[in-house]
Amino acid sequence: MKKFDRLTGVAAPLEMVNVDTDMIIPKQFLKTIKRTGLGAGLFDELRRNQDGSEKPDFVLNKPAYRNAKILIAGRNFGCGSSREHAPWALQDFGITCVISPSYADIFFNNCFQNGILPIVLPEATVKELQDDAKKGSNAVFSVDLEKQEITRPDGGVVKFDIDPFRKQCLLKGLDNVGLTLEKKSVIAAHEERAKLQQPWLAARA
Amino acid sequence: MAAPRTLFDKIWDSHLIERQADGSSLIYIDRHLVHEVTSPQAFEGLRVAGRKVRRPDLTLAVADHNVPTTDRSKGIDDEESRIQVEALEKNAKDFGVEHYGMNDIRQGVVHIIGPEQGFTLPGTTIVCGDSHTSTHGAFGALAFGIGTSEVEHVLATQTLVQARPKNMRMTVEGMLGKGVSAKDIVLAIIGKIGTAGGTGYVIEYAGNAIRALSMEGRMTVCNMTIEGGARAGLIAPDETTYAYLKGRPMTPKGGAWEQALAYWKTLPSDEGAVFDKEIRLDAARIAPHVTWGTSPQDVLPIDGIVPDPKSVADDGARAAMERALVYIGLQPGTKLVDVKIDRVFIGSCTNGRIEDLRAAADIAKGRKVAGHVNAMVVPGSGLVKQQAEAEGLDRVFIEAGFEWREPGCSMCLAMNADKLKPRERCASTSNRNFEGRQGRDGRTHLLSPAMAAAAAISGRLADVREFAK
Repeated sequence: MKKFDRLTGVAAPLEMVNVDTDMIIPKQFLKTIKRTGLGAGLFDELRRNQDGSEKPDFVLNKPAYRNAKILIAGRNFGCGSSREHAPWALQDFGITCVISPSYADIFFNNCFQNGILPIVLPEATVKELQDDAKKGSNAVFSVDLEKQEITRPDGGVVKFDIDPFRKQCLLKGLDNVGLTLEKKSVIAAHEERAKLQQPWLAARA
Repeated sequence: MAAPRTLFDKIWDSHLIERQADGSSLIYIDRHLVHEVTSPQAFEGLRVAGRKVRRPDLTLAVADHNVPTTDRSKGIDDEESRIQVEALEKNAKDFGVEHYGMNDIRQGVVHIIGPEQGFTLPGTTIVCGDSHTSTHGAFGALAFGIGTSEVEHVLATQTLVQARPKNMRMTVEGMLGKGVSAKDIVLAIIGKIGTAGGTGYVIEYAGNAIRALSMEGRMTVCNMTIEGGARAGLIAPDETTYAYLKGRPMTPKGGAWEQALAYWKTLPSDEGAVFDKEIRLDAARIAPHVTWGTSPQDVLPIDGIVPDPKSVADDGARAAMERALVYIGLQPGTKLVDVKIDRVFIGSCTNGRIEDLRAAADIAKGRKVAGHVNAMVVPGSGLVKQQAEAEGLDRVFIEAGFEWREPGCSMCLAMNADKLKPRERCASTSNRNFEGRQGRDGRTHLLSPAMAAAAAISGRLADVREFAK
């Protein structure tokens, strides 16, 4: 998995609430059998008209935010479908950090599997950061996961919380499957116990 | 004596392999459903790392999202869709996973076939790379959607690392009125708690209105639990559950059935078990519901009017409502029953089961779809289709002017050829009315199968209670 330790870059403010994963990456992009190349479809229906031309008003189409690395979003970001194509699209576009008052559970989990840091902050703080971000390409933020700090364009620091296990996984870019495979023997022991409790599950009728 | 536990606690505890130092838990997964859209990258990950599927016998694969609902004898026209469906077939074969192909009578929407085959059982943990996995909670199984990386994790290890969610109990008491269904219960619940109201929780549905529901109805309620933000819904197994499961192809038989039954009867939440949150709803006060906006929480009784953003205090919520009304093309103050529709979709993992088709057919029987409306019925599985045809429901629909299609996800998410054109307005029994969900710039109104049939006939959103025979 990709690591996340720190990043410095422009943040795009997206003030909408309840941005769903259908909006982040519409279904026509889900027909791929690869994880890569999905950045082209990120927010497709918000970014482009039906004829493929750009909608100039959408934040990621504005010159200041075309290379944004951070997205500062409204509450309940990533609700709806479980499609991991949503974080894949963000990652491929170059956005590896999202800041929001809250996330839907599945999207939140999916971020950590892909080297994307979803930061949770109080709504008022998120609004302040969005106001910072509106200043455009001069408004550069730094995010330091080790220190759990965001440095605002004016040098002010905002601290954030994060689950310690997830923090370590992101910092080290750990392979979660590999980590669990090391626990083969406890998994096998569980299977033996479960076979006694619910023997009908082990062998399908 | 041990502390009283909830149904969720019991399932969680019996699947806990170990608690990790940071508080997260490694849990065992009993059943893994796989479909073509969210699995190719997971199988590829296994291949690259030289890993195997740990328990192919606990895994079941089916293509549903991309399959055509018209004649399938010539295969799939769309190249990307075809590649994805073929990839699933190849992956299932290479890794030894059972797979229902497009022309197998057992093929259908993944959340319909799990219960139908008896793959879904009480007391189990069930996952799938699909948020509507919550459906299976209707059987008293802890079932939730996961991303593709987690699909790979389950394929390789048959486990998942999860944070323990909190318990919520949603008690619905009282008798549903005529024309009011499970879909209306869950839409009313989402309207009450909001699309993020259940985030971090597993919701157990209780109360006599839930107990009175058939398994189909319970699945509808659990299915849309994710639209309220909770990853899983749960309903304690009871005689209705056992009657549904008995004799299905993959359910235990003979002595094993008796043994399983004895175990399942220990699962319901104990008297005095503590829930982190309790919500109550009066079933008698639930009217047929329909959505007016672009989130499942944008929902009202059918006799309501389109709300006015001016009445909303919160900035974010008001902006969302203004945006939704522009997208959906409705003015504040419009009566919902005055909203003219162009399309009707009856189907999906929410409402593509036999009871749903019976409810819609009951309204459609002897009536005609309005001249300007295109209406389609997409059974949830080959077996649902077969059953419906045995009951003559296909004739009822066809005579009324509905199209009768092959099973699949179809226009719930419009990944196949079934989609809305820009600004087309659809009365849909599916689960999401998000922008673009049923086709770019398409407009979706979520409602029950009976309400969808009533809308098809009226040519506008309609109150099914006026159709009562």
